[in-house]
Amino acid sequence: MAVVNWLKRHFVVIAGLVTLAYLLLPNVVVTVFSFNRPKGRFNYEWQEFSTDAWRDPCGVSGLCGSLSVSLQIALWATLGATLLGTLIAFALVRYRFRARGAINSLIFLPMAMPEVVMAASLLTLFLNMGAQLGFWTILIAHIMFCLSFVVTAVKARVMSMDPRLEQAAQDLYAGPVQTFLRVTLPIAAPGIAAGALLAFALSFDDFIITNFNAGSTVTFPMFVWGSAQRGTPVQINVIGTAMFVIAVLFVLASMAVGNRRKKQKA
Amino acid sequence: MKTTKDTTTAAAHGGDVRLSGISKTYGSFTAVHPLDLTVPEGSFFALLGASGCGKTTTLRMIAGLEEPSAGTVHLGDQDVTALPPYKRPVNTVFQSYALFPHLDIFENVAFGLRRRGIKSVKKQVDEMLDLVQLGEQARKKPHQLSGGQQQRVAVARALINHPKVLLLDEPLGALDLKLRRQMQLELKRIQTEVGITFVHVTHDQEEAMTMADQVAVMNAGRVEQLGSPADLYENPRTTFVANFLGSSNFIEAEIDSRGGDGLVLKAGGGKLVLPEARNSASTTTGGKVLVGVRPEKISVTHADEAGEIPEGRNRITGRIADSSFIGVSTQYVVDSPVCPEFEVYAQNIARDPRLVPGAEVVLHWNPAHTFGLDATQDIDAGTEEEAAV
Amino acid sequence: MATLTEAPPPLTPAAPEKKAKPPRRRGRLVPYWLLLPGILWLLVFFALPMVYQASTSVQTGSLEEGYKVTWHFATYWDALSEYYPQFLRSVLYAGSATILCLLLGYPLAYLIAFRAGRWRNLIMILVIAPFFTSFLIRTLAWKTILADGGPVVGALNTLHVLDVTSWLGMTQGDRVLATPLAVVCGLTYNFLPFMILPLYTSLERIDPRLHEAANDLYARPVTTFRRVTFPLSMPGVVSGTLLTFIPATGDYVNADLLGSTDTRMVGNVIQSQFLRILDYPTAAALSFILMAAILVMVTVYIRRSGTEDLV
Repeated sequence: MAVVNWLKRHFVVIAGLVTLAYLLLPNVVVTVFSFNRPKGRFNYEWQEFSTDAWRDPCGVSGLCGSLSVSLQIALWATLGATLLGTLIAFALVRYRFRARGAINSLIFLPMAMPEVVMAASLLTLFLNMGAQLGFWTILIAHIMFCLSFVVTAVKARVMSMDPRLEQAAQDLYAGPVQTFLRVTLPIAAPGIAAGALLAFALSFDDFIITNFNAGSTVTFPMFVWGSAQRGTPVQINVIGTAMFVIAVLFVLASMAVGNRRKKQKA
Repeated sequence: MKTTKDTTTAAAHGGDVRLSGISKTYGSFTAVHPLDLTVPEGSFFALLGASGCGKTTTLRMIAGLEEPSAGTVHLGDQDVTALPPYKRPVNTVFQSYALFPHLDIFENVAFGLRRRGIKSVKKQVDEMLDLVQLGEQARKKPHQLSGGQQQRVAVARALINHPKVLLLDEPLGALDLKLRRQMQLELKRIQTEVGITFVHVTHDQEEAMTMADQVAVMNAGRVEQLGSPADLYENPRTTFVANFLGSSNFIEAEIDSRGGDGLVLKAGGGKLVLPEARNSASTTTGGKVLVGVRPEKISVTHADEAGEIPEGRNRITGRIADSSFIGVSTQYVVDSPVCPEFEVYAQNIARDPRLVPGAEVVLHWNPAHTFGLDATQDIDAGTEEEAAV
Repeated sequence: MATLTEAPPPLTPAAPEKKAKPPRRRGRLVPYWLLLPGILWLLVFFALPMVYQASTSVQTGSLEEGYKVTWHFATYWDALSEYYPQFLRSVLYAGSATILCLLLGYPLAYLIAFRAGRWRNLIMILVIAPFFTSFLIRTLAWKTILADGGPVVGALNTLHVLDVTSWLGMTQGDRVLATPLAVVCGLTYNFLPFMILPLYTSLERIDPRLHEAANDLYARPVTTFRRVTFPLSMPGVVSGTLLTFIPATGDYVNADLLGSTDTRMVGNVIQSQFLRILDYPTAAALSFILMAAILVMVTVYIRRSGTEDLV
């Protein structure tokens, strides 16, 4: 009876932790199998412990090249989407104008559309225009689908900003440009940073849209996809594990900095 | 340069704020009806009214944060109507302060100076922070300060620019009562010290009366009455002003005749005297007048001793409906045939134990304390007590 | 002006010659300039492609001779009659995955919002961090986890779970991999964070004192949840289910990596028509049908759930 009661009381905690385990299990597998020495081309069965792949992460031809392509595209897409998205977000929050509803829908729709639909329709456009598929078409597509997410992130931040801060700057002799640079931008920065981070993650990990519009250019997800058919090198797990660890360390470090600032304030 | 003559006139009214026919409409809603107002240089001027009365819009039009739909704003001789806020020699202390959260106190205060290209700001900022007693806090961020400290930073940030006019938008609204009293005196001291014109927006009538030399009472986008605090209090010209500043009792009466001391009025069965100078209603015989009297001007006497009341005082009879003891005074609510809920504040000098609910009493006051208003108005205008928050 | 003698350099805004300037128009065109580049981008690379796709879907011809618009609507009929099993499968798999995401995600979101205390940030990080390992790598990991004869399949077998799922047609014999169950499991896994994050956002906004108030007013924990917490988290439930269902319907990665030819979804068909068979009209028609179907379902869903201010 006591056990039943205990289970009842902690039901949410237990169920939540089960879900968390479900979410993390693949990452554990990826990490463990980055130390595998597989027989044959596929790395799905455990054979023996080895650090070969960790000592030579670029040992598979094309892997590090695709990683660099993905990083370049993600950086440029982040830059482009953040710039365009921030401008839109400011226009939407700070100004009244006609066609507002239409513009809001145009921004919402890409987020409510299956990727495969956007991917396929964009491909028809590129085919009709006779565009050469490759780096540039991928970049164009990535900026397109990251844009809406940046707008949403920045909009939320700008909306919670007290408009009196900008009025105060104007009252204190800052012209429109100075007001934007010295007050608006620094205060909106966390929202813009969040949007940029999201855009980077979305672009770096995108597969479906890239799959349609890449031509012969190979991004990292494209490389993984291809290797799923031909044979999965252990190095893929190494890269996946490394990215996971870097991300966690990055977040922990930024939290530590935040905590220290809070302590200084107190 | 202007001619010598112009310069002299400019010197005479160099810093007056003049609003001429200024108004603001949003679509079909009129926030401020065409308004003429002059704020003399060096005065402490208050715009008083309930929320939504147009006082903040008026202030923002002076600051340049709101474009007037019609009319002009002059600072001295200069027409500033078309100037954006960053080109006006006017600074604002914003409601809830609007301190820049990403800058420390020093940089907040230095903001205006830096924007005008002044390089060495350290000395001025330090002096200004000392004036508001915040020298120690220069390197803290706004959210690390208390409400009262933030308020002083906001004042310092505006004053350091030596504006021709300092605009204050409900500057004390976010402070608790005790701190508010303290800051009222503090602001008054600073104003006397720097001699700059202050235009202060508030919904708190007590705050306006404590601090300002001149008060404009606003209601529904119009200025109801303009004057010194004492003048507004003693001689309200509308029921709104009478109720919004303190509280008032009103008796509906009819003009009976003209006596030596003033108008003689009939109310219920009795007669009341109203000095003509204090009447703002029409004075035709038989005309209706609202007779007003402040609760603290009234004396309460038990009906048994009605004979001891001196001659020549206005008097009405009634029964005490409720009484509450609040220390310095006792407040009575008296039911009278001429006015259902007559309020009386009696100073706590010698309490008559017979004055309890149910007791028959006579209320009496000096006729000089009576004022007369146009009877077509709403008696309850301005009593919605959002003003007393 | 006596009080201004020690003032910093006076402002000289209105030089006499400038006096006659017209009343300023405070940049009425500014918002349009701000919107222009981004909106143009979306119009050209999002809206225009939809038009091209619609036009492609009613063209006939061949790769060699080129395509012409012939208003050949029969393509739609052919595509639907040939691929309706894949359409149904997509809705079925995506719907099951969405329900599973809600059932799994709600307790975790609730845990983070109300019960995690000082562990809150850590759990949040653990929910988000897997994003940074490419989802393809993580999906491939499921091949290992669900491998034939592996511990997971063994456990499911021992617990007779596989008997039930076989009876439901979700698995076949002792296998999980290459069955519908594997695909649904992969979809659930892939889109779970998209359910958890909006749920958490709306749960976190709920004042915990409301729980106390409900308890105070004689509601047991289950009633409190049913009458207070769950209704207040509806915005999160709606946006979470949309963020899960929409991408899951169009997904072809899970069906390809974890499924078999019997688990092909509409995404797989569009992908192979476009990239392998090069039958552009059919592919465009399928994609168009998918888009229309999703828009209709989403609109009805949002109307029914009464939360239209999601945007």
